[in-house]
Parts: sequence; structure tokens; C-alpha cells
Amino acid sequence: MSNAADIIDARFAGTVGGFALDIGFTAPMRGITALFGPSGSGKTTVLRAMAGLSRLSGRLTVGGEAWQDDGAGILLPPHRRAVGYVFQEASLFPHLSVRGNLLFGARRSAKQAPAIGFDEAVALLGLESLLERGSESLSGGERQRVAIGRALLSEPRLLLMDEPLSALDEASRADILATFERLHDALPIPAIYVSHDLAEVARLADRMVVLSKGRAVAEGPVAPIMERLDLEPSTGRFEAGVVLTATVIEHDPSYQLTRLDLAGQPVSIPRVEVGAGERVRLRIRARDVALANRPVEGISIRNRLAGRVVEIVSTASTPYAETLIEIGDGTDPVARLRARVTREAVDDLGLEIGARVFALVKTISFDGR
Amino acid sequence: MPDLAELWSPVRLTLILATVTTLVLLVVSTPIAWWLARSSARWKEAVAAVVALPLVLPPTVLGFYLLILLGPEGPGGWLAALGGARSLAFTFTGLVIGSVVYSLPFVVQPIRNAFEAIGDRPLEVAATLRAGPWDTFWTVAVPLARRGFLTGAVLGFAHTMGEFGMILMIGGNIPGETRVLSIAIYDYVETLRWAEAHVLAGGMVVFAFAVILAMLVLEKRIGRARP
Amino acid sequence: MNILIGLVRGAALSLALVAAATVTAAAEVRVAVAANFADPAKEIGAAFETATEHRVVFSFASTGQLFIQIAAGAPFDVFLAADRERPARAVADGLGDPDHRFTYARGRLALFSREPGLVTGPDVLERDDIGRLAIANPQTAPYGAAAIQVLVGLGQFDRYEDRLVRGTSIAQTYQFVATGNARLGFVAVSQIAGNDDGSRWPVPESLHDPIAQDAVLLSAAADREAALSFLDFLKDPRTAAILATYGYAPGG
Repeated sequence: MSNAADIIDARFAGTVGGFALDIGFTAPMRGITALFGPSGSGKTTVLRAMAGLSRLSGRLTVGGEAWQDDGAGILLPPHRRAVGYVFQEASLFPHLSVRGNLLFGARRSAKQAPAIGFDEAVALLGLESLLERGSESLSGGERQRVAIGRALLSEPRLLLMDEPLSALDEASRADILATFERLHDALPIPAIYVSHDLAEVARLADRMVVLSKGRAVAEGPVAPIMERLDLEPSTGRFEAGVVLTATVIEHDPSYQLTRLDLAGQPVSIPRVEVGAGERVRLRIRARDVALANRPVEGISIRNRLAGRVVEIVSTASTPYAETLIEIGDGTDPVARLRARVTREAVDDLGLEIGARVFALVKTISFDGR
Repeated sequence: MPDLAELWSPVRLTLILATVTTLVLLVVSTPIAWWLARSSARWKEAVAAVVALPLVLPPTVLGFYLLILLGPEGPGGWLAALGGARSLAFTFTGLVIGSVVYSLPFVVQPIRNAFEAIGDRPLEVAATLRAGPWDTFWTVAVPLARRGFLTGAVLGFAHTMGEFGMILMIGGNIPGETRVLSIAIYDYVETLRWAEAHVLAGGMVVFAFAVILAMLVLEKRIGRARP
Repeated sequence: MNILIGLVRGAALSLALVAAATVTAAAEVRVAVAANFADPAKEIGAAFETATEHRVVFSFASTGQLFIQIAAGAPFDVFLAADRERPARAVADGLGDPDHRFTYARGRLALFSREPGLVTGPDVLERDDIGRLAIANPQTAPYGAAAIQVLVGLGQFDRYEDRLVRGTSIAQTYQFVATGNARLGFVAVSQIAGNDDGSRWPVPESLHDPIAQDAVLLSAAADREAALSFLDFLKDPRTAAILATYGYAPGG
């Protein structure tokens, strides 16, 4: 990460919509880095500044190449930055066919060594049957797929995506999410992904930068950031949770369940089509986890994980306490769960750091491979 | 029976004048309309007002100022002197200049509206796809504003066809050079040659109807081609 | 109710009587005047109003437009045209009175340039650096027809035939010359009589047919007596004096 050629290094400052913005972060030149925060936190402004569409003071280097450096008097105009930008709305050119849209950036790019060819992109995005159509006749999801293809084919060094799912219906959203996962595996192009949806971030991103009121309050790999209890104001109480990696053991066709190994303990989720031995990402929200101080029998919740309390944060102004539970027997890599319980429950159960507990997990979301 | 050759001369001249004027207008209006649509300069509405003046001013006011500007003491006279003449008045070039000024708002306004309707987004998208400003202008802005260009061209052409008062003042009524259709009709009415006047005036009515109809139909068709 | 209606009727009747009496006492003469004769017409009108108790109301437009308005029933008593043709036609169409049509003034033509010293006589037409020559449209304006006669008479028509610019009226012809767009032009003496600007050559009347301006009493005249007294005043020596200051020759 310290080598300039391997990172994106951004620092921007300015006044946006009445609040001062001062955001610095780094991201690797691979994988997806989410810029996460509530609306008004400045994430879209930063993304636009990275593309050169908005002006903030500061500097930006991408893989060692300076795109903006106020100190050195460098400011590349947007068309000289090798970005692929995906907007909230697909914003296809209405006067061009799907093919014309896809080729718009390709015709203008440097044509060195394209990371992806036209046919390959068309196949990856499932656009074969749409090529000669006008952009008007496409569905929302199809339009956004074309917009993604158009950005990819302009041979970007960096993909910038501004809540590309937010304008879509549920079906299209699932469709595009799957597309992003395929891209993530197939392409060596780094992406900065702006979102205010924690589930989206958990599913797609490798790293995240949490923005709040014009500042970057945390950055790092997604899982540890999600475990942090102090980011409540930014991540939001309701959706708080963790992302964990588990290994597929087997499928149970009769119950339509997939059995997993999570830090040495068994868990089950509704069946997913992933082969045994492969790793999957799970997301568990804090509000879906209950705690018990001894093993519980006679309950419908199947996923019961033994662990111990490693952190408790009580907020006196609310009825709740946030807890962090480490599960595992110490031999396997440990996993951490967040659980939201009432402060009263903490006292009644005598919960304290180091106490042994059983986490009862009501819902586990499969978040992808 | 009216002499058709005599009648054809002003019609032909008028068609040539309107065509040349429309072409010049498109070239002149496009950058003005672009600037008016995209600039954030505080005084741009003042420029817009100047461009729109011919909508309000009587043609005689324009004609009067043009007569002075085209004359030996104005820039027109200076230009004419390069060609060895003393004035651009009474010349076809003078009529084109006058007609361009006179019809400017009819071409600038629809093109400006069309440029404004595009919004920032398609231009930003083009920029992120490596298209420079000039490239973006020709491959995105102009195609998206084509309806405005069509409306502007048709209005400019038709307005030049029907122009009278200003040409009356700067033309000098020279057959084949500045004696356009509307002047010829005026002369025929004045000299009580109403048969000729009827042919030309009736022709103008039919032409105007055809132009407006064609524009409405074309606009609808282009409108259907995009949202 | 009936009493009320009676009262209203009585009031209306007396109002009408008062109005009629006023008209008889000092009548109004409505005169349609060719636009290029506007200034002398106003002065003549003022003198007429001083000499009689009548009032004059002028409407100014081009002779052709006035004729069209008269043919369409415009409420004028007298028509002062800038040519002979339109009053004659008014008479032929039954719009004018054949016994009261006469020439009230004759226009004078001048060769004019705004450059001092350029025009000293007809010789200026022989120069090679004149460029375009401005005249009034000979088809529609008598000054234009007269200018053509002068050019032909001086043997210069061929030289200028392709270099004529035609003003729709003599007023526009004057604009062409006064703004310098045309270096030289045949204008009306009346247009340049008030000042000494530029240089000029008053064209002898012998070189062209008279530029006669005819007046005619219109058949639709509301008050023939008042209208006739205005027409008489046009032959008065006081009118002749005013005409002279404006560069017109008296009619007759």
C-alpha cells in the first residue's frame, strides 16, 4: 500500500452545500473500495472531484499518476482522466444505439492494452440481443448494464460508481449486483463505489471509507470496520452488523439448506448454489442477534454460536447496549458478531468483558462469494 | 397575363437570399446560443436582450441604423472599401447582413432552448468517456439539439423570405440584386398592377403555409425519435 | 316610466342640436396629404385656420396608400396627392369631383450630394467616381420619372442605367444620399431647401415634365363649403409664399 504505483491517494477540501469538507483516504489499485456515508456526507462530491467534474482543492494520484495536485499546479480536465464513471441514472446518449453508446468511449480511449474487449464486455453484461436497439426501449436494469459496459470499454484505470443501483427496482438491482460480482472477479480495474446502503457495501466492497459530515471517520477492510461500535452515527443503528466469511460444508436437499462452518461452529442458511469447500460472505445484523448466558433449548432459532463478550458500549440516552462477541474455540480463525441488546438485559444477565455467552442468530444473509 | 420571367427574378433572388442568410445564421447563432445556454456570466441576459431586440424594434429602426452602419462612415463602408465600393447598402452582401441581424433571434432562441434542455449530464458523461469539449459539442450537444437547429433554420428562412421594411430601407430596389419578393409585391400594388401582385402575394401565402406545416410535421417526427 | 324615457329623448335631442350648431359655426376639413408635403401642408393649414374660422385635420401617408384608403371609404374631404395620376383616377372612379381638381404645387428636382463642392452642375454626372446614383422609383414616384427624363435629356442614362438605386419614395432616396450610401442622387428641392449642407444643382424644370401635385375635392366630403374654402386657399398668394420657402413652384 505504500508504493505510490499501487494506490489511489486522495485528499480533498472545500465547502460544499454549507459544510466544510476535508476528506483524505487511500485505496488499493485493485478491488472495490466503498465510499460509505449518509446522504449529505460529501461522498458524491468527492467522487465527482475524482473524475474532475467538480472542483475541490487538494490532490489525487491514481497509480502514481497525478490527476490533481494544487501544489504543483496540476489539474487534468475530466476527458484526460482515464476514469469510467457510472452515474445513478444510466444517462445513455439518446441519439445513439446501444452499440453507439458502448463504443463512444472505446473510440476515444488510448487503445493500448484494453482490459476488456468489446465482445467480451457484451457477453459479460448480457447485451448481445440489445446492440442495435435504441436506448429508449431498454428497461432500467438494461440501461444501467449498458452504462457500465460503456464505462468499462473506455479503458479506465479507475471505475467510479455513484450509487448505480439507487434508481433501479428490486429485480434490476439484483441483476446489476450479480453483474458487479462477475466484474469484480473478471477485471483488474479498481473501483470506488459510493453508497449509503450498508448491505450493498457488505456484499460488494473489499474496503470501505466511512464518511460523516465531510470527514473520513474510518477506512480499512470492510469486516473490521463493520465490527466497530463507535461508528454508529455514520453507519446507522438499524443496519449495523458484520460481514463474516464461512466455508460451505454441504447442502441439505430435503430441507433446502446449506450447512456452513463459521469459525469452527456450524451454521445453516437457505440453500445457495456454491460448491462444498468454497468460501462465502455472510452478513449478520446486530439487531438479528440475541444473547443468552447458558445454552438454550426448545427454541426455533437454529444458529446458536458459543463465544465471549469482548466489548460493550452502553449509551445512557437510549435503552440499548452494543456488544461485540468473539466466537470460535481459539483454534480456528476467530469471527466477531455484533449484538444489540437492551442495557437492562446486560445487567440482568451479568454481561461483562470476558463473559461466556451464546449468540442466537435469527437471520443470516448470504452476501456472495 | 403577367410576365413570368419578370415575376421569377424576385422569387429566385429571395430564395437565394433566404438560403444564404439561413446558412450564415446557423454559423453565427450556434456559438451565441451555446454561450447563452452554458455561461454563468451575470450579464448574459443583457446579451440575450440585445440579440432579441429585432423581435421588438420596427424594421424601419433596424433599417435606419443599418443604412448608417453599412454606409461610408460605418464598418460596412470600411469593408466595402476593401472591395473598392463605397457602401454595403444596395448590395446582396448588405441584404445578407441586414437579414442576419433581423432574423437572429428567431434562430438563436430555439437553438439556445435546445442546448439548455440537454442539461449537464450528457456533457459530463461524454467528458468521462474521453471526449474533449469540442468533440462533445459536435458528437453530443449538436445531435441532441437537432430539433432546435431545425426549428431555427426553418424560422430563419421563412422570416427572411417575408422581410420587407428593413430591405426597403437598405436595398435600393435593384432588379436581380436587391429587389426581393416583398419589395416587388409592394411595387406592383403601388403601381396598381394587381394581377402580378396577386400571383406573388398568393404564392407567399401558400409558401408560408407549406413551411409552417412542414415544420410541425417534422418536429413531430423528430419528437417521436427521442423522448 | 314613459316620462323618464321622454326626458332622456329630449336630452339626447338637445345634445344633437348643440353638436350640429358647433359644426356649422366652425367646420373641420379633413385633408389626406402626401407624406412628402407634410411640412408645407402644416404651415398652409395654420395660415388657413388664421384666415378662416375652420379647422384642418391632416392625415399623412404615401399617395398610393392614401388612394387605397380613399377607395376603401376613408372619411377625407380633400386629397393632396404627390402626383396627378391618383387624383385623376379618383375622379374616374367617382371618388373625386371633376370640377375641383387642379395642380396646387410643382415639385422641383435637385442633383444633390452631401459632399460640399462636389456638385457644381450637370457635369458631375460625367465623373467616373460616382458609383451608384440614387433616384426615386420611377414606377411609383413622379420625382423618379422626372429624374429618368433628366438623365436621358443629358445623355447620361446609358451610363447610369445599371447603377441606379431606387428609393421607394423620394424621402427614402434622400436618406440614401444623406447617409452617404449613395454619393449622388436626384432628390426634391423641398428636402434640402432648409439648409446649405453638401452641394446641389437645382435641375431646370425645362429638362423634365412638370412634377405636378394635384388636389381634388372628394365626393365624400362632409362639408363641401369648408373644403372648397381650403382648396381656394391653396391658390392664395399666401400659399404661394409658403410653397416658395419649401422649394416648390406654385401650381396653376
